Amino acid sequence: MSKMHVKMTVNGKAVEGLAEPRTLLIHFLREDLRITGPHIGCETSHCGACTVDLNGKSVKACTVFVAQADGADITTVEGLVNEDGSLGVIQEMFREHHGLQCGFCTPGMITRAHTLLKENPDPTEDEIRMGIAGNLCRCTGYQNIVKAIQYAAAKLNGRDIQEAAE
Amino acid sequence: MIPAGFEYHRPADIASAIAIIQQHGDEARVIAGGHSLIPMMKLRMADLSHVVDLQAIDVLKGISVSGGTADIGAMVTQNDLITNDALVAALPILREAALQIADPQVRYVGTVGGNVANGDPGNDMPGLMQCLGATYTLVGPDGSREVAARDFYEAAYFTARDDEEILTRISIPVPAAGTGYAYEKQKRKIGDYATAAAAVLIRVESGTCTEASVAMTNLADTPIWSQEAAAALVGSNLDDNARQAAVRAAVDATDPVADNRGPVAFKKHVAAVILRRAIDRAADRAS
Repeated sequence: MSKMHVKMTVNGKAVEGLAEPRTLLIHFLREDLRITGPHIGCETSHCGACTVDLNGKSVKACTVFVAQADGADITTVEGLVNEDGSLGVIQEMFREHHGLQCGFCTPGMITRAHTLLKENPDPTEDEIRMGIAGNLCRCTGYQNIVKAIQYAAAKLNGRDIQEAAE
Repeated sequence: MIPAGFEYHRPADIASAIAIIQQHGDEARVIAGGHSLIPMMKLRMADLSHVVDLQAIDVLKGISVSGGTADIGAMVTQNDLITNDALVAALPILREAALQIADPQVRYVGTVGGNVANGDPGNDMPGLMQCLGATYTLVGPDGSREVAARDFYEAAYFTARDDEEILTRISIPVPAAGTGYAYEKQKRKIGDYATAAAAVLIRVESGTCTEASVAMTNLADTPIWSQEAAAALVGSNLDDNARQAAVRAAVDATDPVADNRGPVAFKKHVAAVILRRAIDRAADRAS
């Protein structure tokens, strides 16, 4: 099968490449663009480790063909840092509150949390848990992930961080 | 898990999409959200040479509620069902059901049209659409036609849609104000298909049930819309006897197969529990 010319915006930068239409978006990001934040976990759209933001929606990049993403605007965990390259708020809160252990699910979790908080800036604990239901973590038991997202929401809303997650 | 190679098409209108399908016959298939088709292609259980992506066809994306009918374009996502205020006000059961489908990432991409058109007995929307008395619009080379959801499903993955037709729209009559509703689903984990699911509408006037509709999912090759179950409720005051009779009637119509969700007896048991909960909740909500 012949390759097609694909163009997209990834983390604010215009990129292009030649790829077979059947190439999964996650492989294009990792192997062609060398953006290795999004991980390949189950490759069956269950685990959420490959989560990226595509046109403002969280999607599992293992279940999107690169052809479908032609022309899309994509954000990965790499795109969530501050302009000076330091950790963004959600990333910082995951670090601060031990929202990870092995770290494999973390890029997907943070990318998902980013879109969740854009849509619902002040979620309840239950809304956070339902909001990250498509992301599996086999280490933490989710407690500190939920807490990190609660602290991130508080910080993004300019609230007293000590009161968050109480 | 890479699928076999294919040629990719992104037509801008329905006529172009149908022309591509006509040209390539059963070598071609349309892709909506792709969250049923792509996994099948990765497993090499679906093998196509031409993938026709519907994402650029804007006419498939709208939602409108007017004149007692809700019209939903085939490319409307499950997430759109959850967040469209006018639709949620008219048909809150759609939101209740959509929230129980898959997970947030899949709901952003998975479409209503794909869910109803695929004919997968595990999908939630076919049973719900039968409960609601929805109509599907199919457009093909010779024009468009309408098929009732209750007549659409023939067997697992076999439907009334012809190979050269595209399901473009779903029309749902908006239930009368005060109609009670419930979508109840038992699943092993988030993202799973139903072990059993039930959609129920109940209308009550002066203490008597005047209308009811009952449908169940993943308990046979096709959804089960049980007129007998509805008949057991209509005319009653929704007492325990009527509710038990409705559950018996619907569960008698099921034909589940044993699989990793459990043996037949367990599935029938779960079906009865789930349907009773749905009837109870719909009755509580009726006013």
